[in-house]
Amino acid sequence: MNAKGHVFKYPDNVDTDVIIPARYLNTQDARELASHCMEDIDKDFVRKVQPGDVMVGGWNFGCGSSREHAPLCIKTSGISVVIAKSFARIFYRNSINIGLPILECEAAADAIQAGDLVSVDFDTGVITDETTGATFQAEPFPPFIQEIIAAGGLMNSIKAKAANK
Amino acid sequence: MGMTLTQKILAAHAGLDQVKAGQLINAKLDIVLGNDITTPVAINEFEKAGFDSVFDKEHIAIVLDHFVPNKDIKSATQSKQCRTFANKYDILNFYDVGQMGIEHALLPEKGIVTAGDCVIGADSHTCTYGALGAFSTGVGSTDMAAGMATGMAWFKVPAAIRFVLTGSLPERVSGKDLILSIIGQIGVDGALYKSMEFTGPGVASLSMDDRLCVCNMAIEAGAKNGIFPVDDVTKAYLQGRSQRTPVYYEADPDAEYEQTIEIDLSKLVPTVSYPHLPENTHPASEGSGIKIDQVVIGSCTNGRLEDMEAAYNILKGKHIAKEVRGIIIPATMAVYKECIRRGWTEAFIDAGCIVSTPTCGPCLGGYMGILAEGERCVSTTNRNFVGRMGHVKSEVYLASPATAAASALTGTITDPRTV
Repeated sequence: MNAKGHVFKYPDNVDTDVIIPARYLNTQDARELASHCMEDIDKDFVRKVQPGDVMVGGWNFGCGSSREHAPLCIKTSGISVVIAKSFARIFYRNSINIGLPILECEAAADAIQAGDLVSVDFDTGVITDETTGATFQAEPFPPFIQEIIAAGGLMNSIKAKAANK
Repeated sequence: MGMTLTQKILAAHAGLDQVKAGQLINAKLDIVLGNDITTPVAINEFEKAGFDSVFDKEHIAIVLDHFVPNKDIKSATQSKQCRTFANKYDILNFYDVGQMGIEHALLPEKGIVTAGDCVIGADSHTCTYGALGAFSTGVGSTDMAAGMATGMAWFKVPAAIRFVLTGSLPERVSGKDLILSIIGQIGVDGALYKSMEFTGPGVASLSMDDRLCVCNMAIEAGAKNGIFPVDDVTKAYLQGRSQRTPVYYEADPDAEYEQTIEIDLSKLVPTVSYPHLPENTHPASEGSGIKIDQVVIGSCTNGRLEDMEAAYNILKGKHIAKEVRGIIIPATMAVYKECIRRGWTEAFIDAGCIVSTPTCGPCLGGYMGILAEGERCVSTTNRNFVGRMGHVKSEVYLASPATAAASALTGTITDPRTV
């Protein structure tokens, strides 16, 4: 599986309140949520994002609330992968559970610039900045988590395990 | 190698003699929690996956607290979905308007969570229950759905930072000042993926409400959980309250900690986190030049009886500044009723404040107390992110109930020891 797209770059400590403000949490509709994605720190994001695009953050991406609406609205907006130096732990779990690809890679998060064309090979964890030619190696997921991703998320994974019993 | 308190609880719930930091485990859950924002998403996942039964109707808690009494048609629809699900599966601990409280004040108060528990909740402040000597952590809605279906969750066993507390808190300095000081010291990702384990002779001097507040904000340092050892204060709190038999675990004497931080409680001062991160801490005494428009006293962090008492002691017989809107929200119906019984509600109203029934409301900019552009609020809540309580150009200053009440009186950020 691969991803390729242009980069939207954000700073450290992007919190779930700016990813999807709580004033919109009176709905679970993914499209409606996605129409407000990032609006409190980047009003242009929703208008500019194209399917396949890449989001890059700094340390502690996704900190704050446990709202799964946050990775869900990023995924629904068309973002194919989030690359950050580190992720807040609930956001990390939620992304895996709902099937939003995320990668931890400090060097890539430092070097890649907004607007660069970036491709990601999920099998190898190799991130390529097609604009500059630089490549980066992201931390691979442990096998336990790879199983959840391969099953298509947590609910599919526990259903498959129940069926095998 | 010995285990930390968190590791001991996780090992027991995973059916293992020993676990170590970094190990991935599947653990049995004592309580699976959700609220009116996260439960609807969990119900959708639960039903989409084809489940038609819950693992145990007595070990699931659904609390409507974020947008209730409902603020609009959409939030009413979400509450209705929770209600229908709770009725269908006969969920024992379902709390609707009239019985509800803010979840993390309500569950300890009702004895739904107890010492030794392993708890997940689809709300980031689920880490609150570590105050009771439980392992408790926030997750998302899909984890809640899986937890309701199977009674299990996967965890990566956390490493730990140990906080050794000595001394006791000075007057008008509270658990909130302790946790804000810690976050100021280690940063908003200072404990990322880790346990914050509180220990030392100073623990005994902290009330249960202080401990609940400290563990509540462990997530604001990025932690997986915060936890206190069980002592006489814990046992007295649990007595006659726990719905299940508490189990007392202790950290091994040779447990490994990544870092040990010593804190002399007697040296702490009233502390305020300036916008837009909880780590931007300053002594309240430095804030006299910052004019404010609103004060909020409440939330899962500071809506308990001692918090109301701290506010009452400062507001009684006085009046808040003319330009300040004072909003006081007791966190549960029991706290609300006790405020009325003790005459505190009347004192708050006489001081120029409004007193609401329990809701998360303004904390997350949901409703009731939304800020306009350029407005500033001193709030006893837990987050001061951009736009958290309203307009993206509004500002939230996090503080204790005493500091918030003192600031309401003067209209600027004020050290509560000066009023």
